[in-house]
Amino acid sequence: MIEVLSSAALATVQDQGRKGSLRWGVGTAGAMDNLALAAGNLLLGNDANAAAVEVPVFPFKLRFDADCAFALTGADCAARLDEAPLLPWWVHQAHAGQTLTLGLPQGGAQRGSRAMLCLAGGVDVPEVLGSRSTQLRGAFGGHEGRALRRGDVLRAVGEGQSCRTGFGLVPPGLSLPLQVDGVPAVRVLPAAEYPGFEEASRAAFWAGEWKITAQSDRYGYRLDGEALRPIAPMEMRSHGIVPGVIQVPHSGQPIIQMRDAQPSGGYPKFGTVIEADLWRLGQAPIGSRIRFIECSWDEAVAAQDEVEAWLDRVRRMVDLHRSSPRPGGR
Amino acid sequence: MSRRAAPKAAPKANSTAAEGGGAPREGSAPSVSLLGTTALLFEAPGELALASQQRIWSLARETQAWPEVREAVPGMNNLMLTFERPPRSAEALYALEARLQAAWDAALPLPLEGRVVELPVVYGGEGGPHMADVVAHTGLSVDEIVELHSTPVYPVYALGSHPGYCYLGGMDPRIATPRRKVPVLSIPGGAVSIGGAQTGVSASAGPSGWNTIGSTTMSFFDPAQDPPAKLQPGDMIRFRVQGVIR
Repeated sequence: MIEVLSSAALATVQDQGRKGSLRWGVGTAGAMDNLALAAGNLLLGNDANAAAVEVPVFPFKLRFDADCAFALTGADCAARLDEAPLLPWWVHQAHAGQTLTLGLPQGGAQRGSRAMLCLAGGVDVPEVLGSRSTQLRGAFGGHEGRALRRGDVLRAVGEGQSCRTGFGLVPPGLSLPLQVDGVPAVRVLPAAEYPGFEEASRAAFWAGEWKITAQSDRYGYRLDGEALRPIAPMEMRSHGIVPGVIQVPHSGQPIIQMRDAQPSGGYPKFGTVIEADLWRLGQAPIGSRIRFIECSWDEAVAAQDEVEAWLDRVRRMVDLHRSSPRPGGR
Repeated sequence: MSRRAAPKAAPKANSTAAEGGGAPREGSAPSVSLLGTTALLFEAPGELALASQQRIWSLARETQAWPEVREAVPGMNNLMLTFERPPRSAEALYALEARLQAAWDAALPLPLEGRVVELPVVYGGEGGPHMADVVAHTGLSVDEIVELHSTPVYPVYALGSHPGYCYLGGMDPRIATPRRKVPVLSIPGGAVSIGGAQTGVSASAGPSGWNTIGSTTMSFFDPAQDPPAKLQPGDMIRFRVQGVIR
């Protein structure tokens, strides 16, 4: 068992998301940094879709009440197990009674914003509509359909079981960097209403830096930059949308839909951050700036291939570690 | 078919006049656009109408069986197709779009006729805090608004927004009221509201920009049930006046 010791709100149980319930009005939810979750699960030998704890507010503290292997991925947050400092993107062994503390994300301008705490076997919560992700609106999935709070007790499927620990990865932020003029960037495919914006606005969108405002969370990132002006007002009928869609409300300041986005909307759509880059956005801290890169369909598909190739390399590396003889021959 | 916002690699032959336009809803051709590499959005031409929606239902039923489609999700006279796996090239994408266009051309209206569900509504008062705004906008009396709102049988066009929420067609345009300038942080489940030319009932507590004119008690969603949503496209809602608080 693992007991949450901090009152830090907004930590949630997430897997790769709830796919296939859009027709009932149910969005996908799921990890904001899906690559950190996938890598953490690979490091532990978990199912690819095992659930982990996503931590966006620090410090965050919990106590292991049973021996349990875990992997920390996502933001490097100066973690400690009791007093011992822990490497990020690494598999560790906790013993019953030990306390894990996640501090503030570090790394200067390169820092992330969300840590993924992956547990051996995954967080043991019931699957609801095919997923263990927390669906806040409607209050189901995850841990009791809500964010974690002090005193909550979670169980890891693989607690008490032996698991190879003591190895790690180079994080994807270093292996797959993407920047424009030194500013973190994401690639965007133009969406339906893109041609309906003034040419100057379209140019400004690609050329400018966009600040992620404090009104940004798992539902969406509200950006601040040069306002995007439509040639004429556009009225949309309600239609399906997905995480990554960049909507432009009347203010002209865009909103990027994130993993907790509702599955339909009616604002004009400027573009969509491609799925292959959503993990980058999931790690972008509030107050930081991002750039957008226009991409073609073929470039977007190639970007997804690159992510999958990275995960394949991780899988092969982990297989090597897990199959090598154990030092000390336990 | 008009291709809007074609990806950079799109051959010019796929571009149309609509690309330069600022009023994408006009014209008689449907449009297909991208939602990243996650989904395609198909939008039917013309005015919002039940006949078009019946063709959307038909198209949804057919495309759901396509191997590259994870989920076919009807909206208001439009259809989103999420990919099981995105087409591997721009050519494969255009081929899928052409197939979608052909399927639309061949789609006959699917006249789903589900259950009629009657919802008792208390209009006005604490459960309908924005009734006064609808009165002010329409110039109608509370009684007239209640009468116009509770007369139609509203077809469920699609589900979306939040778990179990139904998009309804058929509201009397005389009670149409613009969305609120400042959204309300949370309206309760069961709130009956008007947003523009549409009406609906929230299925759970959450933020809303619509004008709440009444309240009902109905559980629209239970994740333990199969299907989890109580209402499906083609079902119908009738609002029965349980009370009017002036």
